[in-house]
Amino acid sequence: MEKSIKFIQGNEACVEGALYAGVEFFAGYPITPSTEIAECLSQRLPERGGKFIQMEDEIASMCAIIGASLTGKKVMTATSGPGFSLKQEAIGYACMAEIPCVIANVQRGGPSTGNPTHVSQGDLNQARWGTHGDHNIIALTASNHQDIFSITVDAFNLAETYRTPVILLFDEAIGHLREKLVLPDEGELPIVGRLRTSVGKGVDYRPYLPREDGRLPMSDFGAEHRYNVTGLFHDMWGFPSNNPQVVSDLLRHLMDKIDNNVHSITRYKEHYMDGAEYVLISYGSSARSAIHMAKNRRMKGEKIGVLELQSLWPFPQHLIREKCSKAKAVIVVEMNSGQLMYHVKAAVDDPGKVFLSNRIDGKLITPADIKGLLRIIQGRGV
Amino acid sequence: MAIKDYLRQRFFPHMWCPGCGHGTVLNSLLRAVEELGIEKNDIVMTSGIGCSARISGYVDFHSLHSLHGRALAFATGVKLSQPKLKLLVPMGDGDALAIGGNHFIHAARRNIDITAIVMNNKIYGMTGGQYSPLSGVGKKATTAPYLTIDNDFDVVELAKAAGATFVARTTTFHATEATDFLKKAIMHKGFSVVEILSQCPTHYGRKNKEGDAPQMVANYDKITARLGSKKLEENPALIGRGIFVDRQAPEYCEEYDKIIEYAMKGRK
Repeated sequence: MEKSIKFIQGNEACVEGALYAGVEFFAGYPITPSTEIAECLSQRLPERGGKFIQMEDEIASMCAIIGASLTGKKVMTATSGPGFSLKQEAIGYACMAEIPCVIANVQRGGPSTGNPTHVSQGDLNQARWGTHGDHNIIALTASNHQDIFSITVDAFNLAETYRTPVILLFDEAIGHLREKLVLPDEGELPIVGRLRTSVGKGVDYRPYLPREDGRLPMSDFGAEHRYNVTGLFHDMWGFPSNNPQVVSDLLRHLMDKIDNNVHSITRYKEHYMDGAEYVLISYGSSARSAIHMAKNRRMKGEKIGVLELQSLWPFPQHLIREKCSKAKAVIVVEMNSGQLMYHVKAAVDDPGKVFLSNRIDGKLITPADIKGLLRIIQGRGV
Repeated sequence: MAIKDYLRQRFFPHMWCPGCGHGTVLNSLLRAVEELGIEKNDIVMTSGIGCSARISGYVDFHSLHSLHGRALAFATGVKLSQPKLKLLVPMGDGDALAIGGNHFIHAARRNIDITAIVMNNKIYGMTGGQYSPLSGVGKKATTAPYLTIDNDFDVVELAKAAGATFVARTTTFHATEATDFLKKAIMHKGFSVVEILSQCPTHYGRKNKEGDAPQMVANYDKITARLGSKKLEENPALIGRGIFVDRQAPEYCEEYDKIIEYAMKGRK
């Protein structure tokens, strides 16, 4: 059978990925530059019996998808900087109550209203620490439409596997870029469904008692088990508790379920990394410029490679350390003031060899920008 | 089924103060559910944060104790994704109409089939007695040591204007009337609002010299009158009790089902 090929925006590739993963419910609010995700799903979801709702604000959208997830549905919302800020309290709720959900943040310039129609990667640390209190989170990204599709599928899979919100951290450039997407056939990519409890009717179901493999089987609202869901610290029945042991056990569980699985959550790509003396670390649309630059320099015999991160949180510290161990210099390429760079510096043996190639003016970083910095590092002048 | 069969007894005693009206609201609500014979599995109770919100932990329904002010937004997600479920959303006055005011008017505007119960004690109780948007002018609160200058909302008028298709008001003095209104609200197809004046002797009554719990409850009979009653006619300044709105209008989830039907046909 011939493959279905589309020429679409990155935001539409995200929609295709979400539909492939089985999204059934979307709640959102208009915001540039993510609005196309809502627009497309308002058309596509009801075609397959799914539900779309435009809520009164960003907060309500986040709350509505959490409510829908509790009925057993695969859910998502999409937003950008200001909306992402507004959603943070409810994202923390989903962390605490362990509700699977996917939040796409198509990044624009910030802070505040910032630069709505221009690219930025300034929400990297907000994705990790936007909501208050200790917690853990998964954040994924991609630099081309084929990867946006598959990483979106991954986002739904990881949300179900770890019962956690998963952030898709795209950016304006990739969200609005049009390029080719080859739709995978059904069954080509794995899909993780909702894990439902096998505890029978009349038996005490403990919604927050993990199985031996650490997963927490769920029971849909409306099904035979009635239990409490709360943002307060809670015991294994979901009932509020401030017992110190219950509090610390739950917080440790929330941290450990992600931290202990960094290896299986980490997603990355290597480009021209064989024997690379100079390692560029990048992600999202910045990675396209890094890859372009590395390809050109390789043709001229320079040993330059790109480590493209597709999972940003949990931070793949060991991967970074290993891939940078032999590098003369590491250049982090990103469109913010060095948000990833600080984490890379903390991960490598010699922080002094880590440099930042960035742009914070709303313009896409170019291969020439990166090349300029590389020449300075190499002592060759600009 | 006995009332106690609707309670999660292992989570008692509850955390409400002695004399609090919220237990009376819970009683009226459970009697309404019992008299209607609704299956426990068909009910989702969604609440926000505050004294009122703790009600969801005590009932043996599916329960979602959510965020301050956001109960109706969570409930909208539950209801739209699974319309066969009955959504009961008890909220405090600050929860429903200060931080949650936007969700309140928009849920009413959509006419989504959810029952909102505003447990109005005119104060933020859990945080220790700060004035709420329903306190009204001239009241004392921990954040109004010189008395409030804020006007209050009229829940009934607000719900009517926002498009709620069932709106009623009663008090904890009128517990059987509350059960009756709640039964009608739950069976109503569309967004229903029941405001129940509920005493907070600890933080409101004490500061505003309204007496102890029995006095506050008894006062509800004095300051209110049934719609259409002679008492109200002769004393129009009294607070009206009764069903203010009960009309039929297209319900949100049913309208969305029509979209699905149309979209699926278009696809074939």
